[in-house]
Amino acid sequence: MIPVCRIEDLPEGESLRVEAGDATVAIAVFHTDGAFYAIDDTCSHQDASLSDGWLEGCYVECPLHAALFDLRSGEPTCLPARKPVRTHAVTVVDGMLYVHPAVRTVPGEPVHAAPEEAVA
Amino acid sequence: MTTARTLTTVTVVGASLAGLHAARGLRSLGYDGRLVVVGEERHRPYDRPPLSKEFLTGDGDPGEGPGRLALTDPEEEAELDAEWLLGVRAEALDTAAGEIRLTGGRALRTDGVVIATGATPRTLPLPRLDGVHTLRTLDDATRLRAALRAGAARVVVIGAGFIGAEVASSCAALGLDVTVVEAAPLPLVPQLGEEMARVCAGLHARGGATLLCGTGVAGLRGSVRVTGVELTDGRVLPADVVVVGVGVRPVTGWLEGSGLALEDGVRCDEGCVTALPNVVAVGDVARLAQPGTARTVRAEHWTSGMLQGAVAARNLLAGATVEPFEALPYFWSDQYGARIQYAGRRASGDTVRIVEGAPADGGGFLAVYERGGISTAALGVDRPRPFMRLRRELARAPQPAGR
Repeated sequence: MIPVCRIEDLPEGESLRVEAGDATVAIAVFHTDGAFYAIDDTCSHQDASLSDGWLEGCYVECPLHAALFDLRSGEPTCLPARKPVRTHAVTVVDGMLYVHPAVRTVPGEPVHAAPEEAVA
Repeated sequence: MTTARTLTTVTVVGASLAGLHAARGLRSLGYDGRLVVVGEERHRPYDRPPLSKEFLTGDGDPGEGPGRLALTDPEEEAELDAEWLLGVRAEALDTAAGEIRLTGGRALRTDGVVIATGATPRTLPLPRLDGVHTLRTLDDATRLRAALRAGAARVVVIGAGFIGAEVASSCAALGLDVTVVEAAPLPLVPQLGEEMARVCAGLHARGGATLLCGTGVAGLRGSVRVTGVELTDGRVLPADVVVVGVGVRPVTGWLEGSGLALEDGVRCDEGCVTALPNVVAVGDVARLAQPGTARTVRAEHWTSGMLQGAVAARNLLAGATVEPFEALPYFWSDQYGARIQYAGRRASGDTVRIVEGAPADGGGFLAVYERGGISTAALGVDRPRPFMRLRRELARAPQPAGR
């Protein structure tokens, strides 16, 4: 489990990038539509950082080629991306945001990232 | 040929990004007739942009085929239900007979055609010596990658456009001594304007490469293998590997005699449709009309190639242009650790304003091109988020007349 930040430090519509403990994978954390989401930061299509992407509701648009990913499932909703990115569980404990890096995601069975506390 | 509304066979000539997206577009719009894809390369469709970048610098064995660069997977190929004729060239198009003639004289009957033959690197009138490369295809990149790793120490890149700069950057990253030779006083002026071109030219020095501008190439040294490059100003640059990156020309030779209008590309209306409603063109080879102007535009951008396929497919199936291609031009280039992104339609004489960062500091920045108080284009270096915001605003905003 990786501590990300205090929830007040990630306002609605914002995102940030964290590196998993072994730094082999970067994770993008988003605050949108009143919830926190975490997905792999690197676009499944080409080398681009999704934490730099454009947020619209539960979707993020890759800043390089405008592929759209559903933050809830990691699934791309349009080309050029065809492969999903992994989703990671997010929890809030005492106002602190944590990401739990997924060991692996079974294709077609995305791990859902729902916050334990509703954040207005 | 029959009318487009009764298409029973559509042939896509060119099996790269634009051709593949046209094939996808046809199927997603419900076309269930015969679909043939002809590709001169022996590979299934793959993504070209990484060839000048991570493909050259990456570790490990890239293998024989496209590998990670593949644009399709077996599942999608099964869904496309196309006949792939790979390693096959289209030699001629006979529109009256409704036939495409292939390598070896074989004729392919078809009543719809998507021209997606792309472009091929321009060459210089130089002797053919070992060690001289161009870069367009996966096979080109495989050869160049091997040459750079076979003990080469000094590389000369001829041409400082985006491909040249990316290759030079990759060579520098591999620890090689790199010199880039550019005939123009400054590279990328047509694309970026003088002020921003100067900034981007500075990336070469930042990345440890030498940029020589305003000099042409007079010849090569060497008998079997290249040993040096002779410049028109008399200098000789020692070289183990030479990469010629002086632009591309559209592949239209096979269309000579077809009756289609060819002028540095295949002439189309604003919806990728040629003078014949059942022949469309997409990607690097397509020269589109710009509505409201007398101008035509041929874009060599990855994004245009991807997006034109769907528009062309729709118009081909409709038998007429029901949808124009209007996407805002966009391209990107990764070089020397910097990511350059450009979107819009700048014209000569547009002014440029820095809205974020400072180019002089050598870091990232965001610039907006303007004409008469209206933004015409945006340029970002390592500013992906704000750049994307500007790109979206530009896509929504009305453009100055005639853009």
